[in-house]
Amino acid sequence: MVPVRSSFVARVKLRATVVVVFTLSLGLSALGGSAVASAKPAPLSYGPINIWYSNNAQEITWGEQEVAAWNHLYPSQKVTGQQIPAAESSEEVIEAAITAGSEPCLIYNTAPAAVPDFEAMGGLVSLNSFPGAVSYIYARTGALAGMYKSPDNEFYQMPWKSNPVVIFYNKTEFAKAGISTTNPPLATYSEFLATAKKLVSSGAAKLAIDPSPSSEFYEAWYDFYPLYAAESGGKLLVENGKATFDSSAGQAVAAFWAQLYKEKLAGNETYTGDPFADGTAAMAIVGPWAIADYQGKEGSPKVNYGVAPLPTSKGNTSYTVPTFSDAKSIGMYASCKNRGTAWDFLKFTTSESADGKLLSLTGQMPMRQGLEKLYASYFKANPDYIDFAVESAHIIDCPYVSNSIEVWQVFRNDWSKAVIFGSGSTDAALASASAAINKLVASNSSP
Amino acid sequence: MKVEAELPPRTRPSVVELESELPPSAPEPLVKRLGRVALGRQPIGLAFGAPYALFIAVLFAYPLGLSVWISFHSYFFTAPGMSVARPFVGFANYRAVLSDPAVRQSLLNILIFLVINVPLTVGLSMLLASALNSLIPFRAFFRACFYVPYVTASVAMVAVWLFMFNSTGVVNSVLGPLAPVPSWLVNQNWAMPSVAVYVTWKQLGFFILLYLAALQNVPKELYEAASMDGASWWHRLWAVTVPGVRTVTTLITLLAIIVGANLFTEPYLLTAGGGPSGKSASPVLLMYQTGIEQNHPDFASALGVLLVLLVLVVVAAQRLLQRHQA
Repeated sequence: MVPVRSSFVARVKLRATVVVVFTLSLGLSALGGSAVASAKPAPLSYGPINIWYSNNAQEITWGEQEVAAWNHLYPSQKVTGQQIPAAESSEEVIEAAITAGSEPCLIYNTAPAAVPDFEAMGGLVSLNSFPGAVSYIYARTGALAGMYKSPDNEFYQMPWKSNPVVIFYNKTEFAKAGISTTNPPLATYSEFLATAKKLVSSGAAKLAIDPSPSSEFYEAWYDFYPLYAAESGGKLLVENGKATFDSSAGQAVAAFWAQLYKEKLAGNETYTGDPFADGTAAMAIVGPWAIADYQGKEGSPKVNYGVAPLPTSKGNTSYTVPTFSDAKSIGMYASCKNRGTAWDFLKFTTSESADGKLLSLTGQMPMRQGLEKLYASYFKANPDYIDFAVESAHIIDCPYVSNSIEVWQVFRNDWSKAVIFGSGSTDAALASASAAINKLVASNSSP
Repeated sequence: MKVEAELPPRTRPSVVELESELPPSAPEPLVKRLGRVALGRQPIGLAFGAPYALFIAVLFAYPLGLSVWISFHSYFFTAPGMSVARPFVGFANYRAVLSDPAVRQSLLNILIFLVINVPLTVGLSMLLASALNSLIPFRAFFRACFYVPYVTASVAMVAVWLFMFNSTGVVNSVLGPLAPVPSWLVNQNWAMPSVAVYVTWKQLGFFILLYLAALQNVPKELYEAASMDGASWWHRLWAVTVPGVRTVTTLITLLAIIVGANLFTEPYLLTAGGGPSGKSASPVLLMYQTGIEQNHPDFASALGVLLVLLVLVVVAAQRLLQRHQA
């Protein structure tokens, strides 16, 4: 039998321990949560730096070559490159790294949509602080660079490369359905729908097109946003603090997609894999990065593909109609100590020569003016990419607004409900999303 | 016959009584006494326990405390050295959470999940464990079959279920005109029940194992006695097995509730995130979206704290019910 006094003392001690631990935790947490005195900006210094690039195989090759070339020229300012750590998305990895203060100097996989949030976290260095940076950016990218500035005219990102998205179609399946493979009728929404019906009803493909139905915020960039860019003549999702898509253009795009889903020409079920590459869907909305995958091995292409411009309600056969950029920027991050080297390396990797290597190795479009003329020999040897070069001069990107990710998630939730799953009116969904986004943008803008 | 007088029951003297019988000794030094009270009689035990206590403090207590603190402040993640105001906002985050329709839908989704998953898990695992505990042919094979889904990664199993349950999958092929339209995982009414059935199936192996272990402690004589009294299989299960494994049933119910409340992977993978109109979104998915993707850890923390409290309430209710039934 446990002695009475000892039992009582043990219980008191146990409870006291729990209370003390919890109180200490709260107290320490409060200390951990309190603001720390701001650090002074790092001085412009030179020395070794780290960089991250994407885990795309071709980009890794490009990155390794650039790093090796730089290190050969400047051994005292060694650059160490690695692939961005794997996670559900690159943005999560970067956000976690910023919070921990462990991010590298440069990240060649910075999504423009995430830049406003990273800026708000204090994770990014304004490139305006480097002499001549603004003129360098505009000289390379031209007027399009304006899309990548913050509202206070700072460049927290270097617009680097784009992947203008267009319609890819499977020529084999089109031929099987008796549809022209050289000039398929995809210019207007009605033509597109008719072609889609023919593809599915003939048994040539299970689905006409199958963008991911996932509710992730970024999926809107591969179904709604490219077509909205084309239909609206290049409007961003939000302009001047207001949502723009609750308009005839937005409603037309929503109605078009809703029709595709309603008639089971587009799939609303999760597909594990690439439905276009697998032949399940006869069309896809992708950019030039996918060509390397679809080309497969020489002599045995994975998909016999063709490309077509995005449709509009009135009809479009041109690659000068706006589309979504699917761009990536280069960001310089706050924990970078040797910012002088970082800026010099950034310029080194965005030179005309480096951009040419990027183009030839990856097929992705450097955000540089006059690509077709500058790299004429490349496009002569690779005519598949010319249309993308033309389109790359007519891209739009995600709007630079605070809480950009939240804005896109709000949009995606309403889009998913009404358009993908057919619950409620598409016009009402756009109106609801527009109202919510306007409120969000206004609340984030107010002091 | 001489009757012996009843003697009082023998009791061991308490420490207090023993101590009172000891001759008075020199008073213990205060420091030593305080040390003995604080550290106990065997301080070496504290030394052995300290690493684990530190692990708990760093990986559980601190994040929990920080989360509670964040939930009462306006907070977002920043780079080290970034100076921002993090004002105390009282219950504003909790009000925002409770008034968010997506949160309310997710809580309803979890309730639907628990109503289906918990009884199904407890019932099926008990029945199957009872069957696997008896001498049936290929018993080891069946035990392995039930355990394999538990040890297989969800990502792999989800691909199989997506294939089986899509609109042209084997399940709909068998059901024919009875198959729901839209199909299971994209149907507003069937999405969450489908997830519940999947999770039940996936975790069954582990719970069967727990019941199998518990059944080894149920005396065989009880079954023999019941058989001799003419009890059927069902009566034996109800009268012998169920009471005999009551503690494990409590444990399994508890675990199933906790797992259900923390659901993320399965609805995320099976139903493309939130499912049709958010009908399979879980609170943890919303915490991930708001806390990690959108950098609103204040909102996410408030939701997390509420989820913990809700689970505690449900578990407490379950314990009360079981205590009452016992």
